[in-house]
Order: sequence, then structure tokens, then C-alpha cells
Amino acid sequence: MEWETVIGLEVHVQLATKTKIFSGASTQFGAAPNTQACAIDLAMPGTLPVANEQAFRYAVMFGLAIDADIGQRSVFERKNYFYPDLPKGYQTTQLDAPIVGAGEIDITLADGSTKAIRIHHAHLEEDAGKSLHEGDFEQGMSGIDLNRAGTPLIEIVSEPDISNSDEAVAFAKKLHSLVIALGICDGEMSQGSMRFDVNISVRHKGEEELGTRTETKNLNSFKFMEEAIALEVERQIDVLEDGGSIRQETRLYNADTKTARAMRSKEEANDYRYFPCPDLLPVVLDDAYIDSVRQQMPELPIARCERFVDEYALSAYDAAILSDNTHIANYFEATVKQCNDAKLSANWIMGELSARLNTEEKTIQQSPVNPDKLAGVITRIKDNSISNKIAKQVFDALWLGEGDSADAVIEAKGLKQVSDSGALESMVDEVIANSGAQIENYKKADPEKRPKMLGYFVGQIMKASKGQANPKMINEILIKKLNELI
Amino acid sequence: MHHYTIAELMTSLRNKEFSSVELTQHYLERIKQLDSQFNSYITVSSEQALLSAQQADQALTKGSASDLCGIPIAHKDLFCTQGTLTSCGSKMLSNFVPSYNATIVENLANAGAVSLGKTNMDEFAMGSSNESSFYGTSKNPWNTDCVPGGSSGGSAAVVAAQLAVATTGSDTGGSIRQPASFCGLTGLKPTYGRVSRWGMVAYASSLDQAGPIARTAEDAAIMLNAMASYDDKDSTSVDIDKPDYKASLNDSIKGLRIGVPEEYFQDGLDNDVATLINAALAEYEKMGATLHPISLPHTHLAIPAYYVIAPAEASANLSRFDGVRYGYRCDDPKDLMDLYKRSREEGFGDEVKRRILVGAYALSAGYYDAYYRKAQQVRRLIKQDFVDAFTQVDVIAGPVAPNPAFGIGEKSNDPVAMYLEDIYTLPTNLAGLCGISLPCGLSSDNKPVGLQLTGNYFAEAKLLNVAHQFQQHTDHHKKTAPISNASNKLNSNK
Amino acid sequence: MKHDDINALAHLARININDDLLDNITDNINSILSLVDQLQQANTDDVEPMYHPLDATQRLRADEVTETDKREALQANTPATEAGLFLVPQVIE
Repeated sequence: MEWETVIGLEVHVQLATKTKIFSGASTQFGAAPNTQACAIDLAMPGTLPVANEQAFRYAVMFGLAIDADIGQRSVFERKNYFYPDLPKGYQTTQLDAPIVGAGEIDITLADGSTKAIRIHHAHLEEDAGKSLHEGDFEQGMSGIDLNRAGTPLIEIVSEPDISNSDEAVAFAKKLHSLVIALGICDGEMSQGSMRFDVNISVRHKGEEELGTRTETKNLNSFKFMEEAIALEVERQIDVLEDGGSIRQETRLYNADTKTARAMRSKEEANDYRYFPCPDLLPVVLDDAYIDSVRQQMPELPIARCERFVDEYALSAYDAAILSDNTHIANYFEATVKQCNDAKLSANWIMGELSARLNTEEKTIQQSPVNPDKLAGVITRIKDNSISNKIAKQVFDALWLGEGDSADAVIEAKGLKQVSDSGALESMVDEVIANSGAQIENYKKADPEKRPKMLGYFVGQIMKASKGQANPKMINEILIKKLNELI
Repeated sequence: MHHYTIAELMTSLRNKEFSSVELTQHYLERIKQLDSQFNSYITVSSEQALLSAQQADQALTKGSASDLCGIPIAHKDLFCTQGTLTSCGSKMLSNFVPSYNATIVENLANAGAVSLGKTNMDEFAMGSSNESSFYGTSKNPWNTDCVPGGSSGGSAAVVAAQLAVATTGSDTGGSIRQPASFCGLTGLKPTYGRVSRWGMVAYASSLDQAGPIARTAEDAAIMLNAMASYDDKDSTSVDIDKPDYKASLNDSIKGLRIGVPEEYFQDGLDNDVATLINAALAEYEKMGATLHPISLPHTHLAIPAYYVIAPAEASANLSRFDGVRYGYRCDDPKDLMDLYKRSREEGFGDEVKRRILVGAYALSAGYYDAYYRKAQQVRRLIKQDFVDAFTQVDVIAGPVAPNPAFGIGEKSNDPVAMYLEDIYTLPTNLAGLCGISLPCGLSSDNKPVGLQLTGNYFAEAKLLNVAHQFQQHTDHHKKTAPISNASNKLNSNK
Repeated sequence: MKHDDINALAHLARININDDLLDNITDNINSILSLVDQLQQANTDDVEPMYHPLDATQRLRADEVTETDKREALQANTPATEAGLFLVPQVIE
């Protein structure tokens, strides 16, 4: 009896606006408790909401990026329930008239194939506050921090088109890089900028009807989502194979214990009594507004990839790697702008820089070597001031903060490559003079074997010049002089 | 001093017959002597009032004073007043001192008005008699066995007992107009969106409006000039030009077309009321207006529609009162559920509980379409009745309430009987129009009766003009409640 | 409505209705519901519900910080706080 899994995702994306969706309080992460929760966020009596334009702008941008219909007349509704992190006793959200309608996101699977995942809709809503169950306060109490209350979210709801955890992760990652590329979300999963609710059901392969589904809420990493899906699918199959039935319920996954359980407060079905919020009027966005958002949209990864191939003559492979992450792509372009060499820039970023970042678990935004500095190194390689080998030394020094620029390091450490032909000729002459035995061997050797023997002489010259002799020029001069001796 | 209207006081203050401080002291003394009879104030702010009065006197001396400068008023306890208890007539907020002002409170303070304190009201503005207040019922100064009306009962009693020159009230289903009618005063509900709702504790968000209760239409115009403003903190506030509401008070009303709805003169209307309303209409004819019978066919649906919509919105608006961040919290809650359920059980009165439950029901799964959605459809039909009528007439006239003030306790056990009080005022709120109540005489048992005029959207200036003209030709509004008698000592000071 | 129905609503609304009040409130609510049932008489075919009395649309506010930290003032009315947090009996998930 083969089983198949049906998965739908609801993704909560925190929009990177400066202020809350309905108040002018800051949304900056990390503030002391309740210092960014104004009277409106606290649901003080008599306070009223006013909608944030940027939240709409970002939501529309998302809709345009997934080719969805934009809800040009969208309505806020009240979703009523009681919870300490929900000050008004209702969440202001959207239901029948959301800002973004049906759209689609394509994912690429491990085998290279693509699959279209349909988006049912995306709507704007306000985030709730946070409950702390442990802290500097009385036992048996929970502490509520409402700084997060009112932060704008778009909730993106997929159709149940996802068939397994790989697809779920691919979808989630695609969404993640998309919202970062659009600049509408900072994508900091550890800060809760993106959270996943997974709806899972199983059924016999080939069956049309959907099985009863459960919802696992609030997963904030791709890994946890993958684990939670695997766990729940196994659980459901076990239950059904034992002859039981699946209860429709909401579940929480504990990443530490790798277990999941049903949520207590959601055990009873909640009647949310949705109705249009009377404090907010319908939001009407005209065609001109939608067009202005379209104009402002940053380049999306796919388009960027194509442009990298065209404009910078990168290989499709390199272009794909460099364009996938907005920050890396920006870094790349900033570097090229300064040093004018796309190939070298690509190599250094994908090679040396990547390796260092990985070892130290840093993101490219945290790199001590910024595009200016890297461009400086590349420029000096190109004009032969330093060799590739020396360049690595310069890069290391810059990484450790030992200089403000490639030039400063080169100067301070005296690393400038010697490319003066006169000086180089002297160096070659000196080594030839001191290498009598090897010269004899060279003269006697088979002409075909001679190129390999150059290594010894080059090595000596490099040693004598502390690696600063221009290798290409050395090679040329050496061959010329050796040939004169033959 | 307490007999003067705002308009008269403006002259007296500028002529230095007395100062704002003297005037304020006079009112504070009257409140001390008399309010125990009426229970119209919840909080009296003597110190702050005198401070404001001093500042007002300075502005008056400089000659830079606006109309309301130095005029003693009071605010319904529904409006947040920074640093002063704002209880909404409820145990739930009996310890709540806001750190911010309602916009209308700011507006009136900026206009130099002197706030004497906060007035009594039906709990969370739900009621038509003031009997549901946690602070006890307020009494009608015309007859202390009777209610002053509600929910702005305290605000009306204050003006009727001359314990302030004018007050602010709120009107969701008639809560300014009906108490004004019961207390012989002029009360105005502006068009929805004309006056900011910021800082006015919400009852039914799509129906609530703040407005003045005063002795004359002229005074109401002066109050509205200060109260009305476009407020970008209130998404439902309308950015529309604000005229000087005094400027057109004396416009001629010759040729004014007054619509008289047949539905407002059917069974259930007290005879005295019918007689007085008809007399008032005859008076208007003498002034050159013409009467036109009209029909507002969906009038009978206003009560059912209102008593679905208002409780539904209220049920959500009052969810924030949960004992967590402010307001009443029960003792020793054993867990979160107990905290919520007991705080709300002990903090809310019965009428509030009833309306929350009805509201929750109307929105609940399976009932939403039949109740809430249906009511909002009916609401559109009610609005359309008015829109049609206003193509034929300029204002609509009729009674404010089916009867004059009823006895304390007479209807408090029968919520539905209480709800039927609102039949003539509710349609205005549902449609969002403006309406005014003005005195048109006394019943056979000496209780005031109000004439209601309903105006088109943002036509407050016209409404006030039509009301003012009536008050130029009649003197019903000049009659004052027969206040007993500690006050006679004070009368010697004018 | 029966007592059970009222109790279910009371639970949704997080209000205890004690036994003394339950009878009375059940009767009251039934009367109110009879009153509002009159709505069903109305013909509302093809009528759009009217959630706001005026035909207006929402003003969108610029995304600029306008609020500063007022925690102390806003928590002056709070029954239980600690370290800037609002305290409630522990929420068990």
C-alpha cells in the first residue's frame, strides 16, 4: 500500500518596513521589552489604526513578482480570539479581499527538473507580540513583550501542490531568496522574519480525495521544517495503518527533542467571527500606483542571472551561483564596477572569499573585505603589481584588518612585484651565474624535457626575490637567456 | 452667572464683568452644592479647572482669545483625558488614567475652554437612561424621579442643572439627542467622520460620533467649531472643509423644505410629544418653511439592524478589556482563563455583557449571514431612504423619542423596552447623517420634549441654522429646570 | 437559546456568567433575538452590505517612526509588570 503526501504551506513573512502596519512605532529588532509598543499597539482605549503605505507597496511588489492578480480593493477584517500576545483580542488581517490573488512560484528540484507551486493568495496582517515563559519574573507567570505586536506580515498561502519535504524546502528557500531579492524582508530566520506553518495530510497513492490534515505551526528554519514534515508524515501513516484516523489539529514541533505534539489551546475549534474592521476603510490602489511599484521593483534572481551571462560574459554556472543570493550578487557587481574584470571578480568571490566566509561562518555582508578592497587587489593583479600568489597574501592581510586597502598592504609589506625588466634581467643573470650544474644539465637535456626544468630556476629567482618577481616576465627572460647559452 | 449661554458669556468676559476664574469658581461651588441631587459628575477637576481658567484670563486680557476661551465645560467620561480618570461609567476602567487626550479634548483645550470634570454615562455608552453606570444613575434635573436619558445622561444633566455651560457627549444610536430631548437642551450629532474618534473609547466604530450638548443652537455651533477637525490619526475622519458654523446661523429659512416622515408619527408616539412636534412644525411654517410628507419605508428595520451591528462591533471593541495591560483585574486569578473570565465578569455590568453576547452570536459561524451581513444590507436600504428623501427636501423633522423622560427603574428590567426608545434616532446613525435635538416644549407633566431635525451629509451648518431660527422665534430653549434649592444662595451672584 | 448556548457564547467572549445571571440573561437575549429576527422580513436581494456609512477609502500613512518609548507612562495602569513585561498567569501551549 503506497502512500503519498500532500503538503500546503502558509508562510508568514515579516515586511521590512520601518514602522508597524497600523502605528508609527519602530519595528527595529532587539529593543528592550515594550519600548516599541505605543498606545495603539497596546490596544489602549480610544486608539485607532492607520495603515502603513510601505506595507502595501511591499505586498504589491510580492504579488507582481509571482505574477499574481493584485487586489486593488482590499479589506481588513477582524479575526477574534483571546491570547495575551494579542492586545486587542482580535488580529487585524484580510480574508475575502486580500491584497494579492492567485499566483505561482517555480521551484527547481535536486534532479534539475522544475515544478510550479501555485499560490492561493497572499494577505496582509499584523504580527502578535511575544510570550516569555522564563525570565526575571515570578514563577508560574508569563511575561508579555508587545514590541513585535503590529509588525506587518504578509501571509503567503500555497495550494496543496507540494508532495514531499524536499519540495517544501525548495519552495521555502525560493520564497526566502525572492523576498530578500525584492528587499521586502530581511530574511533573518533566527529573528523570526520568516515562519512556516505546514499543513500535511496523507492518502493512498492515486486516491483523489484529500486525507484529514494537521497543521504544524511556527517553524523558523528549513531544517526544522524538513524534520517536522518527516515526523508528521510517519506519524500519520502509522496511525492510519493501525486502523486509526487522523484528528484535525494544530501541532507544535520541538526542535530540541525532535518531537511534536498537539497544541493545548487550539484543541477546541475556534470560531474567529471574522467581520470587516470598522476602524479601517477599504484600501483602493489604482493602476498608476501598481505601475509605480512595478517600476521600482528590483531585478529578480532569474533576470539577474541572464544579465550576468550577457553583460559580464560569465558562464551559466557562475552566473547562477553569483545571482542566487542578492547580497553576493550586489557584492559581485560592486567589485566589477571598480576593477572592471568580471572573470577575476567571479573567481575570487566564488573561490578565496567564499572559502574564508564558510570557515568563519560569516555571511558576505559580514566580510571584512568589502568590494572596494577586493577590487583593489584585483586591480593590482591586472596591472602586474602583484602576482596571484602575492595577491592571496594581500587578501589575507586585508581580511585580518592589517590595512585599509590593497595598496596600503602592498606598500607596508613591500610586496610590490618586480616587473622592471632591467632588475629582472639582473636577477636571472645572478641565478644563472650561481647555478652552474643545473645550467649544464639544461644544456645537455632533450629539448622536449627542458620546459620542465625551468621550475628550478624560477624557484630560485622567486626565493631570491621573496616571491615578488613577476613570474610571467621571469619565464620569458629566463627562456631567452638560457637559449642564448645553448 | 450660570444662566448665561456661551454667546452671552463671551461678551461678559470680554467686558470684564467677571473673570473666567470667578466663573469657574462659581460653577465649582454649584457642583459641590447641587450635584449630589443629580449624580451628574463622576470626576470634578477643580485644580486643573482653575489653572485653565487663569490661563484663559490671561488670553482674554491679551485680546487673543477664541470664542470658547474661559468657558466652563465638562466632558463625557468616554473621552480620554490625560492625567484624569476616564472610567466610561464602568468598573472595568474605574482605575484608568490615560496618558493621552482624545482629539476633541485637545481641540477644546486649545480653544481655551475650561474643563470642570468628567460626566456620568451609561456603561461604555450602551444605554438610553444612564442607569447602567457603575457610578449610579444620574437624575433628570427637571424631575429627579426620572432618567436624564442616555448614554450621555450625565452630560445632559450637567447642562440642565447648570453645572457647566456646555458638555461633550457621544451619539451611537441617539445618545446625545435623546438625553438632550429629555433635559430640554440642544444636542447635535455631527455627520459620521466630521469629528475625530481618536481617544473616544469605541462602542460601535461605524456609528459613534462625538458632539456638543448645549443650551442653544448658537452655543452648539460654537462648540462644534472647536470640536470638529480632520484627524489623520482616525482613518474614518473625513478631510473636508470646515465652515464657520456660526456664520450661517442667521440665514433666512424662507422656502426651506421640511420632510415629515409618516413612519415617525405612528403608534407608540406619546400624545404630548405628537402635539408638541406638530406645533413646532406649524411654527416653522409661520417662518416660511414648507412641510412635505415623505416616507422612509425601512424605518421599522432600524432597531433590529442597529441591535445587530452595534453589539457585533462592540463585542470586538471590548475584547481588549481583559485585565492584562490596564483596567480591572480580578483578585488571585488561578490561571489565564480565570483571569479573563472573572475580570470581565466582575468588571462589566449586565447590559454590556448582554450586548457582547448578542454581538458574538451575530458574528458566529452559521449566523453571520443571517444576522450581521443581513443587518448591513438593511443598513444600505435605510441610507437609500434618506438619500432619496433629500432629493426632495432640505431637512427631515420628527420626534426624538417616543415619550418624555421615563421614571428611574421603569424600563431597566426590560432591555427590549429600552431599545424601543431609540426608534427615531437610530436611522441617523445607521446612515451616518447629522441630527440635532432642540427643545420644543414641555409635556403635560412638565417634562421637556425635543424636536429632531436630520440633515444631509456634512450639512451641520444648515441644521444649526434651521435650529437657531426656531430658537429666535420661540423660547422653549430658555426654560430651565426647577432646581431645588441650595442654589438660591448662589443666585444673588447673577 | 438555551443555557448551554449562552454558556458557549460566554466562553467565546471570555466572560463568566454565574448561575444567578444565567436565567435572566438567557431570557433577555432571547427577547433581543426575537427583536432582531424582524430583519428576515426585509428583501435584500442584490443589496451590497454597507459596512461604512460613507463611501470613503483608506488613507495610507508614510512609513516614518513617530512614536518614542513611553513604556513607563503606558504601564502606569498595568496591574502586574516586571522588567518591562506584562505579567499574566503562565500560558501553557
